[in-house]
Amino acid sequence: MTVSKKPPAKRRSSPFAYVSASPHIVWTVLFIVAPLLFVLYYAFTDASGAFTFDNILALGDHTETFTLSFSMSVVATVLCLLIGYPLAYCIAKLSERAQKIVMLLLMLPMWMNLLIRTYSMMAILDDGGFLNNFLMMLGLEPMHIVGTAPAVVFGMVYNFLPYMVLPIHATISKMDKRYIEAANDLGCNNVQTLFRVVLPLSASGIISGVTMVFVPSISTFYISQKLGGGTFDLIGDTIERQFQNPITYNVGAAISLVMMILILISMAIMNRFSDDEGTVIV
Amino acid sequence: MNQNILIQLKNISKSFDGETILDKINLDIHDKEFITFLGPSGCGKTTTLRIIGGFETPDEGEVLFDGKLTNDIPAYQRPVNTVFQKYALFPHLNVFENIAFGLRLKHIPEKDIVRQVKDMLAMVNLKGFEHRKVTTLSGGQQQRVAIARALINHPKVLLLDEPLGALDLKLRKDMQVELKNMQKRTGITFIYVTHDQEEALSMSDTVVVMSDGCIQQIGTPTDIYNEPVNAFVADFIGESNILAGTMLEDYRARFSGQNFDCLDSGFAKGEPVDIVVRPEDVDVVSPEKGMLKGTVTSVTFKGDYYEIIVDVCGFKWMIETSDYVAPDAVIGLHIEPDAIHIMKKSVYSGRFGDYSSFSDELDKLSEPEFEEGEE
Amino acid sequence: MKILSKSYIALILAIMYIPILVLMLFSFNSTNNTGVFTGFSFYWYQELFRSAETFTALKNTLILAISSAVTATLIGTAASLGLHRMRSKFLRGTITSLTNIPMMNPDIVTGISMMLLFVFVGTRLGSTEKLNFWTLLIAHVTFNLPYVILNVTPKFRQMDKHLPEAAQDLGCTPVQSFFKVELPCIMPGIVTGFIMAFTLSLDDFVISYFCSGSDFQTLPILIYSMTKKEVKPDIYALSTLMIIAILALLILSNLSSGRDDGLARLHSWRSRVREKMQNRREAKGGDAK
Repeated sequence: MTVSKKPPAKRRSSPFAYVSASPHIVWTVLFIVAPLLFVLYYAFTDASGAFTFDNILALGDHTETFTLSFSMSVVATVLCLLIGYPLAYCIAKLSERAQKIVMLLLMLPMWMNLLIRTYSMMAILDDGGFLNNFLMMLGLEPMHIVGTAPAVVFGMVYNFLPYMVLPIHATISKMDKRYIEAANDLGCNNVQTLFRVVLPLSASGIISGVTMVFVPSISTFYISQKLGGGTFDLIGDTIERQFQNPITYNVGAAISLVMMILILISMAIMNRFSDDEGTVIV
Repeated sequence: MNQNILIQLKNISKSFDGETILDKINLDIHDKEFITFLGPSGCGKTTTLRIIGGFETPDEGEVLFDGKLTNDIPAYQRPVNTVFQKYALFPHLNVFENIAFGLRLKHIPEKDIVRQVKDMLAMVNLKGFEHRKVTTLSGGQQQRVAIARALINHPKVLLLDEPLGALDLKLRKDMQVELKNMQKRTGITFIYVTHDQEEALSMSDTVVVMSDGCIQQIGTPTDIYNEPVNAFVADFIGESNILAGTMLEDYRARFSGQNFDCLDSGFAKGEPVDIVVRPEDVDVVSPEKGMLKGTVTSVTFKGDYYEIIVDVCGFKWMIETSDYVAPDAVIGLHIEPDAIHIMKKSVYSGRFGDYSSFSDELDKLSEPEFEEGEE
Repeated sequence: MKILSKSYIALILAIMYIPILVLMLFSFNSTNNTGVFTGFSFYWYQELFRSAETFTALKNTLILAISSAVTATLIGTAASLGLHRMRSKFLRGTITSLTNIPMMNPDIVTGISMMLLFVFVGTRLGSTEKLNFWTLLIAHVTFNLPYVILNVTPKFRQMDKHLPEAAQDLGCTPVQSFFKVELPCIMPGIVTGFIMAFTLSLDDFVISYFCSGSDFQTLPILIYSMTKKEVKPDIYALSTLMIIAILALLILSNLSSGRDDGLARLHSWRSRVREKMQNRREAKGGDAK
């Protein structure tokens, strides 16, 4: 006897569905879509509202900022992955209860304001700060940290590492343990299992982790202001400065637009690495 | 059986996305009847039930309750209650509140609610479960709560959508008996949907066999088993050998190159027909004494009988016999006239009946766990 | 191997927590030295509480967080319900992707894009204070919405789709069925969504920074302006208080995740009370006779 598989029966959506969703739809159009169109509008107009390419062309002056921002956030993202993946892997090996506690501990700082976290980091690393006082107490040379590129990258890693660990841990801990057993059964040692089975299977987690670290890193302005000691001008800083004065709104919009496009391209390249849909876990 | 017609379906058609699910269904459901819609997944049995329950509206046709048109009456105003496939118990309410749900909506005094729920719990053997969370109950217990929740409203009709599908075999057998008893005791009309033919045969007063959106046969379980109207019904209900043949004259048919006496009449002379012989109705005899001669190709021990497949001129017969037969042995088959059932040709002719590719496992694999519409 | 992996976890956690602990420690420092601990005192807390600015900012932050979380929860829950009932995959997909933009986009872009809208519209309307409480509220609702929808929509999907049908089968009108059955089932999602929206709103700096005017300051904006000037440990005191507040909130929200049980317990308790009252009434009635 053959059983023909029929598609699930469909029902017509009641008008009620649209009524219920309508406040949200209106809100989305007014306050999500329209503002983005305004970015587009400002990026291609001058102060008087006339169409121009000048803002985009003026971005040539900011090439260095873009390169610096991009390379710093790439380095920070890679570091987050290198630190975060083993961390997520180690956590996933703990007992279920311990996993919950460790993940909670890891997420707790995320619930504290970024400003506070960065600020306390700066207070520790500053020339006259806690760390250097500690070093001098031990009779060691104080280190100049704040104001260097590694300090900014460290700030990014420190602030955004949990965003990397969370999705990776989620995919690893949900992974069927029998895959690992099957790999062992077929002759993989632990290292081979990690690289041949666990890593490919956690690709979707890695992708969302990378996105969740890269996006805030490339657009940050507080971290670079505090830990960069004002010597590093990242995209975020540049955008923030343009919006201090209405005259430069147009250039600011153009920079934001290019940054968004840059992020979209990076994400598209990332997603090509995996067939999995890069599900974002927040 | 009470002959009052309670529900009438007239020319009901329904399609989803251009695909016809029900095609001009006509059906009378009598008062106090246990009626079962039986058919494979996607045959339209659940949709029919949902139309009666008021969860779907038919594209065409009429639904009559007590002779009154009820097409546009919403589910919450119909005198029917439903036991859903996976029970659909409210997870935020305990057992007591789940059962009391319908009564509370009717603003019945608290005192009566408590008493009625207690009675219901006693009836479904769940005394003392009032304050349990429904999520902590076993499948069988949840099933009982779902039945109690529906029956407490004293519906005229109880709809049951594959209610035993999620239970294990032993529990299912017990619940079958219990459900049948409950129906007898309460005198409520039960409309039951299942794809399990054994369940349908053992519980129902009337079985409605459905396939491809059409009703194939309506009848008592014995009628359906003994007098299937076409190859589909014969194949779906129990095991059968279905052969193409011709009616020579009244009480005489020809198949497998031989002429046989039978008990059927009323066909035209020389009319091509389908012939059904149930595996348990074939006797194994010595080759010389047999009406047909064939070679045993496989023998499977089934506990109280052997199931053997016999090749007769290329057609593989399934035969149930209590005596062991060796594989590759040549045997004779003897068929009594009352074991032969003649059916008119239908669209299903030739699609069923041969056991050449038969395998128990395959049969099980193609058996769906749940009805259509489950995402 | 096990020890190695455990010490790795411990090391990372230590690095994460040291700055916060140091900050908390120095909030109790007696002098304004942020490098050397000179003695324990509550001086900076007193200093903090003396400033009216802090209190205004705190009050503003709470007003904003509550009003934006409530608005977002209402709109978002209604939207989840609508999306759940919507059959058109295309429309559903489009709305969901548009909703998620503020979650995927860098905060700074969300901030400046809304600011551009507000400034543009404000200029057209000829208002002097283009950025005010209302623009801030709109901005916060906008970035809270995806989180509410993200928490509520799965609850609808996890819910047995036959539940509303079962309710109507037992005599509920569609409206009753929503309030009596569907709403209680998705409640945990709504609560989590609300708490998440509330916390995100409390915490937000970047978007608020671009969408707030001079007359309505929130705590994160106050902290930002404080850290721009000379560093004083009163910020440490403020931060410590905020950390403790967030901690309390998190513990609260974790308790509420056990709400499913809580609700069931509440219901069974309620019906037990009903029963008792009934028995008592019966007993009384019996006495009277």
